Amino acid sequence: MIDRRSRLQKFVEVEIPVLLIALFAIGPYVWMMLTSIKTDADIAAFPVRYLPTQVTFEHYRMLLERTTFSGNLLNSFIVALGACTLGLGVSIPAAYGFSRFRFPGRRVLMTQFLVINMFPIVLIIIPLFVLMRQMGLLDTVLGIVLGHSTFAIPFSIWMLTSYMNAIPGELDEAARIDGASRLQTLRLVILPVVLPGIVTTGIYIFVTSWNEYLFAMMLSGQNVRTVTVALQLFIGEFTVQWGLLTAGGTLIAIPVTILFLLVQKRLVGGLTAGAVKS
Amino acid sequence: MTPTRTAGGNAREAVTPYLFLLPALLVTLAVVLVPVAQTMWMSLHDYVLFRPKNVPFIGLGNFARLLKDEVFWISLANSAWWIGLVVSLQFALGLVTALLLNQSFWWRGLARGLIIIPWALPSVIIGLTWTWMYDFNVGVLNDVLLRFGIVEKPVAWLAQPGTAFYSIVLALIWQGFPFFAVTILAGLQTIPDELLEAAEIDGATRFQRLRSVILPSIAGVIGTALLLRTIWVANSLDVILVMTGGGPGFATHTLPLYAFLKAYSGMEFGYGSALALVLTLLLLAVVFVYVRRQSRELGR
Repeated sequence: MIDRRSRLQKFVEVEIPVLLIALFAIGPYVWMMLTSIKTDADIAAFPVRYLPTQVTFEHYRMLLERTTFSGNLLNSFIVALGACTLGLGVSIPAAYGFSRFRFPGRRVLMTQFLVINMFPIVLIIIPLFVLMRQMGLLDTVLGIVLGHSTFAIPFSIWMLTSYMNAIPGELDEAARIDGASRLQTLRLVILPVVLPGIVTTGIYIFVTSWNEYLFAMMLSGQNVRTVTVALQLFIGEFTVQWGLLTAGGTLIAIPVTILFLLVQKRLVGGLTAGAVKS
Repeated sequence: MTPTRTAGGNAREAVTPYLFLLPALLVTLAVVLVPVAQTMWMSLHDYVLFRPKNVPFIGLGNFARLLKDEVFWISLANSAWWIGLVVSLQFALGLVTALLLNQSFWWRGLARGLIIIPWALPSVIIGLTWTWMYDFNVGVLNDVLLRFGIVEKPVAWLAQPGTAFYSIVLALIWQGFPFFAVTILAGLQTIPDELLEAAEIDGATRFQRLRSVILPSIAGVIGTALLLRTIWVANSLDVILVMTGGGPGFATHTLPLYAFLKAYSGMEFGYGSALALVLTLLLLAVVFVYVRRQSRELGR
């Protein structure tokens, strides 16, 4: 559309408001990072010293050397990777089933996966704790991964089904005529085409699992504590040392911010597929 | 569109789709459906975790207790106010952001990236950063407000019943508005230019174009986003848990948080389950509307 507004008018009406909103969006994030590189003296000063008088990485060094944080980072990484593997592993065949077959119960089953994604976490987490306690799965990687699969599986199935629906059925037909079995068709024909969708879904599961707090707290103990739980515990342990806490926050946030920015464009399409698709 | 092969009555072909679904169904059964059934069972019993041998069946006793529980009613009222306030403000800011980002200017791509950042962050960090900014002694918010003379002395934002609730609401608006901005922007980009040009030629002002062309065109997107967000906000409790733990007093108790605290700190799993079920039942209407919209997709 032709924009008849002058440059100045546009600057005032569009760019300045956007700038303000962007500042609101990144302000707290930047503030966290700034705090993490300030000395304790700067952090405790009031009126607030906005810029560090001296840049220090002391908090990062202390966090990684004197606390369990590096171990917690590793735990989070393993759990998130596990959630991806389990989530994608069972969802890829399920999405193929939903996308390529019409069978009795399809609608009910698919709706079921949508509905359980809407269940309040408290509805699941309370009994899951009791069940895992009975089965000896508390404080194990598998336990937390299973907890995270409660949201990873339904989400992946819906995302992947919509990605697979976009692939024309003639592609499978051709492979079937050439004598490929269903599994071979999925592996050799569908998977390569839908790979970008699988990567997007996998990254989203990774980010959600890495960020997750309630399941990780309820189902973990000393052995497999994840970063989010560890950081929250530090608040009690270190009588609120903001330098240390913001350093931890920065270390947790940077990898997921990057991953999220990579996939968000394709994600939005899937999340609102029903409405945006026209 | 997709060829159906079951027509031939081939028995092996008929079970194939179920085999593909089996792993997902088994895991879901174990981690979602069995637990939900367990919640229903627990809600009918006086189940306290440290008393595993003695779990008497009390019928609807937990639900009767809940009706007389003052904290339940406080949490329910807080939840309603919380959902209404958070969702509507997230939506308002998200809509404005989307409309602005739909204009062309040279750093639009950058702005879009920056605005999404809060969405990516874990709730623990959202709680932590905002708690830090709200800090009574050295918090940046008090500092700014003092400098501009808006307050005369530092405010203990999270420690006063009057301000704690709204302080968390602001943090949640920050977390959630990017979701609305991005989804609505995606919707805006599907509106054909010709439609807007036609309206302009007909002499529509910018506000008229917004009201009569733009908003109706993206009503579907807005509806879906509002429903999804309502469900998420209604269920979420982690940011509140990190920032105030529900306090001071019961000022920031919401229904899911109360259910969680009853089970986690109080070890009263039976009563906690009853609270969780009530929350689920209350939400069911919203979920139902959302599912009906989405399952229109299934027929295709």
